Order: sequence, then C-alpha cells, then structure tokens
Amino acid sequence: MIKQTTYLSHSYGKPNSWTLAAYESAGGYRGVRKALSMTREAVIEEAKKAHVRGRGGAGFDCGTKWSFMPKESKKPHYLVVNADEGEPGTFKDRSIMEMNPHALIEGCIIGSYAINAHACYIYVRDELHLSKERLWGAIKEAKAKGYLGKNPFGKDYEVEVYVHTGAGAYICGEETALLNSLEGRRGEPRLKPPFPAQYGAFGCPSTVNNVETLAIMPTAFEMGGDEFSKLSELHPFNDGGARLFGVSGHVKKPGIFEACVGITMRELIFELAGGLPDGRSILGVIPGGSSCPVHLPDEVPNLPPDPRYDAYRGKSILDIPLGVDTFRASGSMLGTCCVTVLSDKVDPVLALHNVMRFYRHESCGQCTPCREGCGWIERILNKIVEGKGSIAELDEIHEIASNITGNTICAFGDGAATPALAFVRRYRKHFEDYIVSGGKSQTRRLTL
Amino acid sequence: MAFALSAEAEQKLNDILSRYPNKMAACIPVLHLCQEANDNWVSDDVIEFVAQRLELGSAHVKGVVTFYTLFNQKRPGKHQLWVCHTLSCALRGGEDILHHCEKRLGVHAGGTSKDGKITLRTAECLAACGTAPVIQVDKKYYENLSIAEVDRIIDTLVKDG
Repeated sequence: MIKQTTYLSHSYGKPNSWTLAAYESAGGYRGVRKALSMTREAVIEEAKKAHVRGRGGAGFDCGTKWSFMPKESKKPHYLVVNADEGEPGTFKDRSIMEMNPHALIEGCIIGSYAINAHACYIYVRDELHLSKERLWGAIKEAKAKGYLGKNPFGKDYEVEVYVHTGAGAYICGEETALLNSLEGRRGEPRLKPPFPAQYGAFGCPSTVNNVETLAIMPTAFEMGGDEFSKLSELHPFNDGGARLFGVSGHVKKPGIFEACVGITMRELIFELAGGLPDGRSILGVIPGGSSCPVHLPDEVPNLPPDPRYDAYRGKSILDIPLGVDTFRASGSMLGTCCVTVLSDKVDPVLALHNVMRFYRHESCGQCTPCREGCGWIERILNKIVEGKGSIAELDEIHEIASNITGNTICAFGDGAATPALAFVRRYRKHFEDYIVSGGKSQTRRLTL
Repeated sequence: MAFALSAEAEQKLNDILSRYPNKMAACIPVLHLCQEANDNWVSDDVIEFVAQRLELGSAHVKGVVTFYTLFNQKRPGKHQLWVCHTLSCALRGGEDILHHCEKRLGVHAGGTSKDGKITLRTAECLAACGTAPVIQVDKKYYENLSIAEVDRIIDTLVKDG
C-alpha cells in the first residue's frame, strides 16, 4: 500500500531548502518547542509511542534506546549522530543533510534533551563535504536565532551541536567504532557490553542515533507520537510512521521516495521507480544495503504463525511490506530500506565478487574469522571469475562465511557473511555452471 | 624542515580543540587540517606536529593515519579523482568509467598521471547510488555520469595549471 508523504522531503529540490527561513516557513521548529515543554520522562514516553525504529539499519526502537540512559550520572551525557552513511546502495541520510539539515538539528535538540545531554556530535563521513557545509550552516543559523546554545527557545537547557568528520572507513558506521573514531582513535569496534548508554563517548553515557531517526522526531512530536505511529500499516508491529526509501540499480527512475511504512518492494520498484528497463526482468533484489540477503523475485517466505502475519502469508517477498519485523520474520533484513535491483542482465557471480571486495577492503581486521574470511572468500571468487574455480571451493565459501557469523566483535562480520551465503545459495546453479564452463555460462556483466 | 601551520590554520586548530572534552578527540579533524596545508598528504613531520600539539604519542597518530583511507601517506597529484566501483555504481557503469580513466590517464587505480595532475583512486560506496555512476574529484561529487562527461571533467583538470 503506497501512501506517499513529505515530512522530510517536502523541500527537496526547492531553492535554498536548507536555510532556516525555508525550514521555518514550511513549519519547522515546532516539534522541539513541544518537546522542551515536556519533562524528560514524558519526551521519552512520546518517542516510544511514535515507534520510530532506528533508520540506520538495525531497526532498534529509538524511544527505548533513549530510556537506557542513566537517570542520574556524575558524567556528562552525549548524543552522537551516525551520519557515516556508507552501506552500499544507501543514499538517504545524505539527502536530509544536504537538503533539510534543520530537520536533523531540530531532532538533535529533542534527542539531547531526552537523554540529558548538552553536547551532540554529528559524525559525518568525510566524503560528504556538502553535507558538512550545510550542517555547519544550519547550526550557525540556529545559534543566531537562539535555537542552540545556552537557552534554546528560552529554556534553561544548554545544547551545542558540532559536526565531526570521519576519514574514509565504512566500519565507522558501526556505533562503537564510530565512538572510537570520534575519540580520535582507529575506528575499531568495541565489545558490547558495556553498551554506549553505560560507557560511550569519552567514557560517558552516550546514545548513538541515525540521521533519519532523529530528523523525523520533530514531525513525530508535532503530530503526537501515537498519531505518527499509526501512519504505518505496520503499527501493530510497533514499526511506526513514515520514512525514506531508496531504489538504485536497474530501474528507470532510481532515487529517494518518502512513504508511510507499509509499502512493498514491488510498489517501490514498479510504481515509484518506474520499473525495470523494457524487456528486463528481476534477477534479484537486495532490500536495504549489501549487508542484507539478496532475494529472488518469486521467493515466498515462511512466515511465523503469529496472526499479525496472516495478511502476508503466501506472498512473494516483493509483496511483503518493508518493515523491521516483517523482514526479519521473512528470513531477511530490512536494513536501510534502500533497495538495489539486479536485472536479468546481471551476472550474480560478478555481483557477489564486487560485494565481497567491498567487505574485504572495509574489514577493520580485529577478528580473525572476518579479517581472514573476507579475503579468503574474495580470493576464491577471483579464481571463479577467472574461470579457475572449483565446486569444492564454492562449498568452502559457505563454510568460511558460516564461521564468520556470530564469531566477531561486531555485526560487520555478519554483514559480510550474509551476501556470501545468500548469493551462493540463491544462485547456486549460476555459480556451478560458471565454474564448470570456466566462466562462459554467464553474462559476465553487471551493466544493462 | 618541520611542519607548521599558518596563523589562520592555527586559529582553526584552536576552534577544533574547543569542541571536544579532550585533545585526542581532535586528532582526525586536525589531521585533515594539516593534510590540507601539506599538499594533501600526511608526512612524518605532520605526524610529529599533530602528536606534539595534541599531546599524543606519535605511534598513536601514525596508527590513526594508517587506518583511514583518506589520509594520504604519499604525496598525491594535484587532484584526486575517486571512481566509485561498489555494486550500485558498478550496475550502472562505474567499472567502465574506472577502466576508461585508467586508459586515459595511463595509470592503474592508485597511480598518478605523468604530468602530476591527477591521482586516480577507487572509492567504495559514496552514498550517491540513486544518481550512479558517480565520481568524486577532490571535494566535489559528479553524478549521473557518462564517459563523455568524465572526459570533460578530466579535460578541465588537465587544463587546470
């Protein structure tokens, strides 16, 4: 069911959409006024009612995460924004930072207040120079207007927001690696526990939230958390509101689309993104970044007996509403909701090769199964692509990847193992034919 | 000669320091500041400078420099041309663009053209998948590219004295 919305994207493409004047004339900085008039406890309750599932890929409920912060602490608290968008296929946070940065700033004020933080660091990947420029511009405008600083909106609650920059490392999108990077260290993930709410930035209680998660909070507060959540068809799953969806790859109109949660991949791909080029069909879809499994278009997941899933039972994965729980229950992963579409022109062996090169390059190297496993899988794929692979090595990919899952400090390992397992499993015949024919059986291309 | 910052850059360094509760946190932003002031690379002198100013061990600073892709440990050409070759860009011709650049510039990815003007680099997902294929030249993104577009961009860089 498509219900397009414009809460975040109303200004996209309009001149000077990133300015305070444009943001306020479109109704901005109202949600934060409501939030600051409430108690901290009430703010967290309202956020919980909104059921904003973390929009960075893990889908953890935002209000719940805020409630993990200690109620009393001798140490300062920090809100840290994960703006290290780097998941292959994902490009939605950038659009917020470039075209609607004030939505994020407003969300940062609400979030800081909710967790008793007075300083907020927006960790932006270094490559997004325009995003950093626009964010600093928005911060300057907000400060000048008295929305940031010692008395935001006249409330005696100091909030300062800073933009921090990365230096080219996908792993810094992992929250504990991000914290280490913010602290001026190598971006290596930490073991959890302790969790950031206990020991985060600079050894202090911290919350790390995704850009879009915070940017939608002003809307949720202005509208009321419950009303916001009910926009979503998946409200019964506590997966509320509206969000940004992306489509890239072999579609006629790739881009970002905003809609209520409840839209399906088929609707996104065919009704919003223009469908595939004439004559092409889907080889596979990846729902939300390369760390999610690839799916065949006619896959019918085995949904659990829970009656909330009854309406979706027996349907193709393309027709199941994109949601955190619906996709987990489908044996998949929602991730960032940025779909990558592979047409029948795509060689799945080359596609996996491309993805595993990425993971091998980005592995921080701390954990042996990931550090060695990613490289090993990439080298096997190198051999297969050169026509020198063997069926035994295909099984080895499965074994190596299975040995990474669950055996690492962070979820990057799982993110690397997932595509290796999914591509080989779903395109087994393609891989076997490729090996047997010495690479002659496939299109040998990724492009149309 | 030891590395030093201009007065203006020193002011920026102090601004950076004021944002954080300790000096170590300024490490990455200060390394960027110094790299920019040092022909876009981080020499051992730069590492020493940063270590001293932030009261960090130089081994710590070197550890940071070697971890992150965007700190150059060798002097690059005048411009850096990054071609994204991760899946969504590859699906829309990113690899063809990379190969074209390699031919045009006469280098493999990682190398610098003979005239010293352009260092060709491969980039992993630049978060521009909806407008793929994409390249980044220094700080600017160029999106929705064709080979012809890329040639025009390289022409401009080559002319840039």
